[in-house]
Amino acid sequence: MGGAVPAHEIDLARQREVVRRLREFLPERAVLWQEEDTRPYECDGLTAYRSLPMVVALPESEAQVQRVLRACVELGVRVVPRGAGTGLSGGALPLGNGVLLSLAKFMRILRVDPKARLAVVQPGVRNAAISEAAAPFGLYYAPDPSSQIACSIGGNVSENSGGVHCLKYGLTVHNVVRVRGFTIDGEPLDLGAEAPEASGYDLLALAIGSEGMLMVVTEVTVKLLPTPQLARVVMASFDDVEKAGEAVAAIIAAGIIPAGLEMMDRAATHAAEAFAGAGYDLDAAAILLCESDGTPEEVHDEIARMKSVLEAAGATKLSVSRDEAERLRFWSGRKAAFPAVGRISPDYYCMDGTIPRKRLGEVLLFIGEMERKYGLRCPNVFHAGDGNLHPLILFDANDPDELRRTEQFAAEVLEKCIAVGGTITGEHGVGVEKIDQMCVQFGAAELETFLAVKRAFDPGGLLNPGKAVPTLVRCAEYGAMHVRGGALPHPELPRF
Amino acid sequence: MSLQALQERIREAAARRRALRVRGGGTKDFYGNAAEGDVLDTRGYAGVVSYEPTELVLTARCGTPLRELEQVLAERGQCLAFEPPHFGEGATFGGCLGAGLSGPRRAFAGAARDFVLGAKVLDGRGRALAFGGQVMKNVAGYDVSRLLVGSLGTLGVIAEASVKVLPRPPEEATLQLELDLPEALERMNVWAGQPLPLSGTAWHEGRLFVRLSGSASALQSARRRIGGAALEGDAARRLWCDIREHAHPFFAGAQPLWRLALPSTAAPLALEGAQLVEWCGALRWLRSDAPPEHIRAAAARAGGHATLFRASRKDVEAFAPLDAAKLRLHRALKAVFDPEGVLNPGRMYRAF
Repeated sequence: MGGAVPAHEIDLARQREVVRRLREFLPERAVLWQEEDTRPYECDGLTAYRSLPMVVALPESEAQVQRVLRACVELGVRVVPRGAGTGLSGGALPLGNGVLLSLAKFMRILRVDPKARLAVVQPGVRNAAISEAAAPFGLYYAPDPSSQIACSIGGNVSENSGGVHCLKYGLTVHNVVRVRGFTIDGEPLDLGAEAPEASGYDLLALAIGSEGMLMVVTEVTVKLLPTPQLARVVMASFDDVEKAGEAVAAIIAAGIIPAGLEMMDRAATHAAEAFAGAGYDLDAAAILLCESDGTPEEVHDEIARMKSVLEAAGATKLSVSRDEAERLRFWSGRKAAFPAVGRISPDYYCMDGTIPRKRLGEVLLFIGEMERKYGLRCPNVFHAGDGNLHPLILFDANDPDELRRTEQFAAEVLEKCIAVGGTITGEHGVGVEKIDQMCVQFGAAELETFLAVKRAFDPGGLLNPGKAVPTLVRCAEYGAMHVRGGALPHPELPRF
Repeated sequence: MSLQALQERIREAAARRRALRVRGGGTKDFYGNAAEGDVLDTRGYAGVVSYEPTELVLTARCGTPLRELEQVLAERGQCLAFEPPHFGEGATFGGCLGAGLSGPRRAFAGAARDFVLGAKVLDGRGRALAFGGQVMKNVAGYDVSRLLVGSLGTLGVIAEASVKVLPRPPEEATLQLELDLPEALERMNVWAGQPLPLSGTAWHEGRLFVRLSGSASALQSARRRIGGAALEGDAARRLWCDIREHAHPFFAGAQPLWRLALPSTAAPLALEGAQLVEWCGALRWLRSDAPPEHIRAAAARAGGHATLFRASRKDVEAFAPLDAAKLRLHRALKAVFDPEGVLNPGRMYRAF
């Protein structure tokens, strides 16, 4: 979290040089360098990290993007691409004496093709705007991160964003069929296709979720799905968190893939209810929201099956949304969980680990122990269907000791996720936030491979370098601080 | 066979710069360019490592027979939703992912690459690398496991992989309609834009077959919407299996078989030869003696690409050529994963 990025002085001569070079082909309003203009770009959604960009470039055509990149390579300046700036891991955090390349002006929906079920959009288009444009055709774009009214599709591509409907409809990587853009050298790249695949290696899969480190995306083609005729949600209460976890397994074991399957513990339910008035059962230790969608006949049958499984799994209370307004109300608390928690604490830190679902009880007990160990509260919301856990640590950033305890709390939980066979990030990305935990999740050979893949696309290391993949030296330094079980991670590395 | 033994073979080959031909059951030997080198038989490294039906995840070693793996899933009412073709008795899990091919359900459920959650990979230096994992959502590190799917063993040997599995659909039904190709393309694309439980489409010689999978009630309303005559259960199962496995009479004989991947709405291509069309029009099989450059140009004009899928002649590149930027990246990635160039050299593109 905070303080990991050293403050830096902007090199004014360098700044003048870069501004002059970019102004050769960009209008005055598209090159920002004065502090009052660049300040809004100092961080993304991970506000604990801030760094003032030397120059912000706001191109509005592909040709301009290409020229910005070529100019930066020529001058040896590092480039950080940025979408809507809602990312939660610092992927768009500016780098010292670098150029922040904002794609905010790429706002156009270029084509909606209802027959082919595709939309071609520019990267700055908001996630929710795609579904809005497709709605008249009875189609929608499935991945729905909770920031979907603000986040951009370009950012979704960078982070391989998820949402509450992933288990049934997949992540960004399953719903984007093609991206166009440039390598850092300004070489045009066209990956994937409107056909089922492109020939050669699946470079599209590599580009999606690469956190803006392999290419700059200037156009995205997404798959549109038919909007389900009907959706209804079952809300189930449990008097025990572990029982709720078992109910999730029972649903899957019954051969049901719910459209959404979310869990909230008591602390999260209370915060959300106070904020959104969703009608949650405040006596429950945990609630499950289990959604069915499809034709009216399918939903009718599936809801009946869901109810009987949840009852058998020990639900203490069940209610089924009677109409669309009630369904949205049931979801409103879950979707507002983060701001709701924001109201009960000066600050909160949202984590994002994925675990095998069967280890949920154990991980929640561990989080409970950490709450006591560090003296901090931690409500939990959980994409139960796909094992993606979002513990929200409540703290006060003005208290340096609370900040320190929060960081240690978070690091222990992430390492627990790895220990139970999960991962340090399900959908928010590594960015700068979880870069040290990458050293725990991966060995030296894998990290070396990631760094080599990066060099294959960006030999000079100028495109968002230092994010997402730690150097082995950094891991050695981090490892020296985190000796576990008497064994140093990466014993093959020299220590400093 | 141990993982170490496989690693040792690769290390040795790398040291001597001797090409290895990575091979499971050999059921897809025909696919891609001609393979060369000493056979690295992966069949000895076999077995399901873990399978938790309630986690929807199965992890298995590369040599596991695909048939056995599907049997294990079927016993728990689950399946590989991408419906991979076997192309023979001995098909293995590793070969299935290395080839990256998917069956009729691909247009509706997703491709092989969509279901891969993680892999243990042996690179061209014999190092065992682990990417991804066993969980549904994981964005730590570049998505190397998906990159490996369909790379024909040229970047690494997929020693073990974890895949997402899904429940088998409770009911299936197949409908048959008499339609010419333009009308079939039109209808398939319209249906695909509606909330219908489609799970397969195939058009050949004036007949369109549509498969539906889902709950009995959903199938009933979809059948009314689509119309046509119902195909009896056994005949329907045989039809989809024959199409997936290329046992359908269309695929018989020695004439070159082309696989054209196109936007599903592409108009019928004016190419000589018979066609069998799947995936709502996105996959078009073509039997044709037309010049390869002619077929490739037509596919490219339509926004897709053509693969010479099965042919007796091996003097033509199997896959459509790459543009300069992509060719550079392919070579660079090959150098990252297999610096000595010992893994299936030339199998995908002759140049590397």
